[in-house]
Order: sequence, then structure tokens, then C-alpha cells
Amino acid sequence: MTQLQEVTVDELKHLVSDRAIQGETVLLNMGPQHPATHGVLRLLLELDGEIVVNCIPDIGYLHTGIEKNMEAKTYQKAEVMTDRLDYLNTVGNNLAYCMAVEKLVDLDVPPRAQAIRVILTELQRIASHLVWIGTHALDLAAMSMFMYAFREREIILDIFELVSGQRMMTTYFRPGGVWRDVPVEFEAAVRNFIKLFPKRIDEYEALLTKNPLLLDRLLGIGVLTKETALSHGVTGPILRASGVNWDLRKARPYMGYEQYEFNVPVRSEGDNYARYLVRVQEMRESLKIVEQALDKLPMGPVRSDNRKFVPPPRSEIGVSMEALIHHFKLWTEGFDAPNASIYSAVEGPRGELGVFLEGDGGPKPRRVHMRTPSFDNLGVLPEIAKGHLVADLIAIIGSIDFVLGDIDR
Amino acid sequence: MENTLQSIVQTLQERFEVNPVEEFRGEVHGFVAPARVVEVLTHLRDHESFELMSAMTAVDYWPNEAPRFNVIYQLTSISRNLSLQVRVPVAGADPKVPTVSGVYASANWRERELFDMFGITFEGHPDLRRILMPFDWVGHPLRKDFPLGYEEPQFTFNFEEISLQKPNPEA
Repeated sequence: MTQLQEVTVDELKHLVSDRAIQGETVLLNMGPQHPATHGVLRLLLELDGEIVVNCIPDIGYLHTGIEKNMEAKTYQKAEVMTDRLDYLNTVGNNLAYCMAVEKLVDLDVPPRAQAIRVILTELQRIASHLVWIGTHALDLAAMSMFMYAFREREIILDIFELVSGQRMMTTYFRPGGVWRDVPVEFEAAVRNFIKLFPKRIDEYEALLTKNPLLLDRLLGIGVLTKETALSHGVTGPILRASGVNWDLRKARPYMGYEQYEFNVPVRSEGDNYARYLVRVQEMRESLKIVEQALDKLPMGPVRSDNRKFVPPPRSEIGVSMEALIHHFKLWTEGFDAPNASIYSAVEGPRGELGVFLEGDGGPKPRRVHMRTPSFDNLGVLPEIAKGHLVADLIAIIGSIDFVLGDIDR
Repeated sequence: MENTLQSIVQTLQERFEVNPVEEFRGEVHGFVAPARVVEVLTHLRDHESFELMSAMTAVDYWPNEAPRFNVIYQLTSISRNLSLQVRVPVAGADPKVPTVSGVYASANWRERELFDMFGITFEGHPDLRRILMPFDWVGHPLRKDFPLGYEEPQFTFNFEEISLQKPNPEA
């Protein structure tokens, strides 16, 4: 589908300053294969010496047509694609999509399933922040931090494997609840993590928070003002580090978040260091939510018994004619959703993870749009990178914490 | 519909001819003509404190031609904790909408994405290039008349047959 053609210089002239055309500044290509761009991101930099004059992100290297593919699948089958968006927040993507489907067809979720969802989503948030803190510190030459962070992330991935059989692409949440109840070992595994992790965060903080090498690279670098952040649609920890107290878990509680006590860390500085502090604090708050949800974990079913949308348990299929029919209909045709649209959003580790879902009355969606937070968060990079050194650009990219799979979809 | 949202919608209907306004599962969306979208969004941002444009996307209603597309602006008010969706119907032949990148900066990339995926032109956009697909790509993938495309898996029983169709640089 492509016709080979060259991009002419005239087409791209408006992106750089006049000084680049006259040869006063240098154009430098960074990426797409560059260890500090966290994936396949290409940046075209206009440099005056070592100072960034313009920064032009070039994205799309990881575009896999997920939205188009989802339109061709039934609602249940399309969920598998959502894992592949933001591969550090697979459980959160499942949650956002399942909640959108549940809202569109008006499906209930039992309390036990809601609590399990909260526990796993918060563990996923911690795991995602661990990858961030590891890679961010690695970029800033604190190499051992990467090993420590991945050591703890491994424990969380083991819990995912325990409940779903998969470490990353779980697809454990399903419309109407979760795939099956958690195994008996689940509680002990999560308790073990709750006991162990606060000490580990203290260790990370002892290593990083007051480290002069790190402070040099973070304090006052990449300042993002509240107004710029809002106008660019920036959400999540970055927005909260710029002084806006906006967390969907507090503002519009879903999955029973209103039952749990937790704080939303907010800083007003808006620089790399504020973003660092907000995320570290968020890990502690997430752990508090996990502990409360585990203490209160109610007994009962883990999936809705609305047989028009949820397949019957295996045990019923052998003895009940209706169960067999429902099972057959759901796995051959899928279920029908109304000819209407909804927008449902959750608070992911990177910000507002929204799903715009429009049905056409049949078993396949007319349009699924994943509003991924990284897309808008990266859009603000040219604004905050201007005037900084190339070395600081690495620190800013790390502190934005985007995932290219989330951006390119 | 909540009272605060009700009064906002009423102003929109009276001053900007936003019509019809629909509600589904507690979510409100209003339709507005392409020519008035910039003033509607500016009004909502400046006077009704919708600071954040959460999402911007489009839907293709092909084979329906007029309107074939709906461009969707999902707005969020952080200070008042409200959501409102603005929809702009666009005809299928030569789809054009004025840019709102002057109102919300996030629209810059979002509009590039819609241009790339749906072929909707945003008039006055500062940098309307493809964003996700390669720059020399032909067609707009998320249009309903764009084929999904697939590759047949090669098994032993059809190995020869598919091998013949594969490009062979040595031949």
C-alpha cells in the first residue's frame, strides 16, 4: 500500500527554525533504535550546540492497527487486543475495556470480582511504576536500581501467573467479572508482597531521593506548568506533579474505589523531581489500597450470572439445555450491543485510560477508540524539552514515562 | 441529566444551535455544525471550565454518506467534575472540519491522527501530516471501506500454493 517517494525538504521546513535552514543549528536524529527513548520513538532534534531548540517526535513505528482489528472481532474476542496496547499496564487495559463493554450493555459486576480487579490493577500500577523507576534511574546512570526494581516486579508478575496462567498478557478480566476465582495461594502471595514491599521502597528512596547525582538531573528540569499540561491533555502523575489534583479513582470512583482510603499525591513544582516524588508516593498509596481490598475481599460469585453476556460455568453445560445454548450462541455469534456510544475512563499508571466504544446493534463494535494517556503525554515533550541540554532530554523522556505500544496502538 | 449540565446544554442550544442533544447511560452529547465547532469549544473552555479535552476521535458510518463521519470531542471539566461530548457530523465527500488546535493544544496530534486514519481534513491546522502510518501510505485505514487485510497461514497442505504467491527475488 505504500508508494515509495521521498519527503522533500520543503514539506518539513515549517517544523524547524530559520536558523536550521541557514545552517546555524544542527539537525540530529535520535532513534528509533536508541536505548534512552524507551522503545521505538524517533526524535528529530534541532540543536544549538548542546541546547535543544526544537524537538519533533516521530511516532508510529509500533502501529499495529489494533483499533481496526477490534472492529472485526466480537466484543469478547476484541479484549485480547487490549493487552497489547500498553504492555506495562495489561491488566489496566483489560479493566478499561471491560468497564466500557459493561457500561454499553449494562452488565453488573459482583463485589468479589470488583475487589479482585482492584487488587490486580493496583499491583499492576506498582509493577508499571517499578519499570519506570528502574529505567529512569538506568538512564541517569544508577544502574543497580534497574535490577532492584525488576526483582520486585517479578513477584507481581508471579502473582499474575498464579491467577491467570500468564505473566503479562493476562486477559483475566472479562466483561461481567473475572475469568475464574483466584486460587487459594493468592492471599498468601499478595500478603507476602505487602509485607516485603514497603521496606523495598524505603531502600529505593535511600538510594535515589536525596542522591545529589540524581537531584542535579531532576530538580528544576523540564518544568511543565498547569496550563500547558491541561491544554495538551496531559493526565496522570504528570498532571498531579504540576499541581492539579485530578485522579479518576477519587473524582469518579469505579469498581468500589470509594470504599478504600488512600491519598492522591500532588506536587506543585511540575519538574522532573516532582514527577519522581509523585510516582514513588503513588506506589505506597497503591499498596495501601491492595491491603484494604484484600482485607475486605468479599465472598461470592466472581462473574455476573446474566447468561445473555456471560457464558455458563462448564459444570452446567452437561446438564442444562439452556446453558448449552447460551454457551454455543456466545462463542459462535457473541452478544449484541445497542446502537449507541459510551466513553468510559479509568486511572491508569500513566493517566486517563479511556475507551470510546460505539456499537451498531450487532455483535461487533462499530468503533473502538482507545484514549491512551501516553499519546497526549508525549505530545507535550516538545514544549518542555525546549532550552534544555540533550542530556536533560533523556531525563525528561524518562520522567514522562510513556510506552510506545500505548502511543502507536 | 444533572442540573449544572442541563444549564450548560441549554446555553449551547440557544446560542450555538447545538441540536439534537442526546443522553445514553448518563452521558450527554450534542451535535453541532462544523462551522461552529471552534466557538462552541472556546465557549465551553472559557466560560464553562472544560479545561481538558480527554479524547478526540471519529466514527465512520459508511455506507451512509451524509453525514458519513462524526468527529467526536470528549470534554472534561476538572474543577466541576463534568463530562460533555460534542459531535460534529461531516459529509463523506471531501470531509472538512475547522481545526480546534488553537483551543486545545492536544488537538494538534489528535487531528493529525484523524487525518491519517479517516482522511478528514482539518482546515487551518499548523502541521497536517500523517502521524502513525508511513508518510507515503495510500488510503485511510480506519475507514470502513478500507479492507482489513490478512495473510493465509502456511501449513503443509497448502505450502506449495502459498509459496508460489510469495515474492521471490531469485526468480
